[in-house]
Amino acid sequence: MAYSEKVIDHYQNPRNVGAFGSSSEVKDRKDVGVGIVGAPECGDVMQLQIKVDDDGKIEDAKFKCFGCGSAIASSSLATEWIKGKSVDEALEIKNTRIVEELALPPVKIHCSVLAEDSIRTAIEDYKKKNGQVVDSAHGHDHSHAH
Amino acid sequence: MNLPIYMDNASTTRTDPRVVEAMLPYFTETYGNSASRNHAFGWAAEKGVELAREQAASLIGAGPKEIVWTSGATESNNLAIKGAAQMYAKAPMGETGRGHIVTCIIEHKAVLDPCKRLEREGFDVTWLEPGADGVVTAEMVAGALREDTILVSIMWANNEIGTINDIPGIGAVCRERGVVFHTDATQWVGKMPTDVEKDNVDLMSWSGHKIYGPGGVGALYVRRRRPRVRLQAQIDGGGHERGMRSGTLNVPGIVGFGAACAICSEEMETERERLLALRLKLENELKSRMDVVEVNGHADRRLPHLTNISFGFVEGESLMMGIKDIACSSGSACTSASLEPSYVLKGLGLGDELAHSSLRLSLGRWSTEEEVDYAIDAIHKAVEHLRALSPLYDLHNEGIDITKIEWQTH
Repeated sequence: MAYSEKVIDHYQNPRNVGAFGSSSEVKDRKDVGVGIVGAPECGDVMQLQIKVDDDGKIEDAKFKCFGCGSAIASSSLATEWIKGKSVDEALEIKNTRIVEELALPPVKIHCSVLAEDSIRTAIEDYKKKNGQVVDSAHGHDHSHAH
Repeated sequence: MNLPIYMDNASTTRTDPRVVEAMLPYFTETYGNSASRNHAFGWAAEKGVELAREQAASLIGAGPKEIVWTSGATESNNLAIKGAAQMYAKAPMGETGRGHIVTCIIEHKAVLDPCKRLEREGFDVTWLEPGADGVVTAEMVAGALREDTILVSIMWANNEIGTINDIPGIGAVCRERGVVFHTDATQWVGKMPTDVEKDNVDLMSWSGHKIYGPGGVGALYVRRRRPRVRLQAQIDGGGHERGMRSGTLNVPGIVGFGAACAICSEEMETERERLLALRLKLENELKSRMDVVEVNGHADRRLPHLTNISFGFVEGESLMMGIKDIACSSGSACTSASLEPSYVLKGLGLGDELAHSSLRLSLGRWSTEEEVDYAIDAIHKAVEHLRALSPLYDLHNEGIDITKIEWQTH
């Protein structure tokens, strides 16, 4: 399958790779939210960490990803898009925009869904740590088969 | 060295230019129908077909009359399995159905699917599970045989992991019990010495395009004596190939198939030694440079030219993207709609994550040491790049067993 130029670019030069600390180090940090989604047996695991300032703005984001090129590109792109946004603005990012931006084919749509999930999970983690209400209602296409 | 490098010879091979040379006159000069018995064009075509039959038979220790031409190994497998099952079916239907068939869960789809169809049509199938080493033994087959067993179909060498089953031993068990024995030898014949007499084989499939011959042509060996094996034809219409496979013969393809077999007979010994040395270099070098690198399947009982390696914490498709100058395949099958990893690797009982992390590299007649060296460097570099991105590699380095984590599967 041919990948789009943007997927190849993110694969070769992934943005914002890394973490603000190991899982045990960031566990109790209130300014850091962590989202880990997917599973090794499904062939995709995405880890997104966000660092949020006092005004609720995502000042930095780091990712790691085990998955195909489209999964790596989706999570790399997600970090670019959420940096500088407020947590509530970041929650507005829908997987369909990732699909469009990276020109993902239908078999790769689940990669964009995982990226959206990782953003939401990281923000929920941040909100929980800070005693904020988590709105669990979210709508996106989960109809793909896993 | 030219890029890209071809390391997917278990999928298909380059047609040997000597084979093409042998085929060419049969398109434009000797273009008769080999079934035309009353003119020179037909006789010349028939001569080409019969020479090829001898060449194919000679490669496997059979007689020329025991070779049936087909369109490829998939058709040969279908003819052997369905043809034998229908011929030896219990009539009237016994208590356990029309008869019992033994095969294995890591066979090629061209064996699994015909067996599944027969299962739906009233046959009873035992699906053997090999151990973690992927090898099917004579004991496993002997343990599965029943009073009503009519057919055993076990591949000679596995197409994904290159492991070699005990075909002479399984054949001996079947012969003793009077059960017809078929083997899909697509990955084996032409690469390794084959003797259907010593190896106790009754039916054997292989194809042209895996042995540096043309695509679209295959053969089925059908034993004619001690014992004579009979098959129900699957394609009717004219009674070609002693009634077992009708249809005008693909004369240029068959001539090419024969030429490919003749070259294999001649060059197999030196070729397999050369490829074995290259494959061992590839495996050993990758294992020495990186941690958590596993060669899948039995350590020694394997084809010389094929290896299947899992690189822990790295997903196979992304790895292939990082080595785009090397044509190979992955067990990750991430592009398929099901997102299921290779059923062969899963069939070994490996964790799914190892299947997702695997590459199959298969060398061939034109593989060079320079190409192998290039592949080692490229794979090493790509794995390092991806491990730097891998959250699983971090967990591993923190001493966490990723199989013990409760993942959010969805």
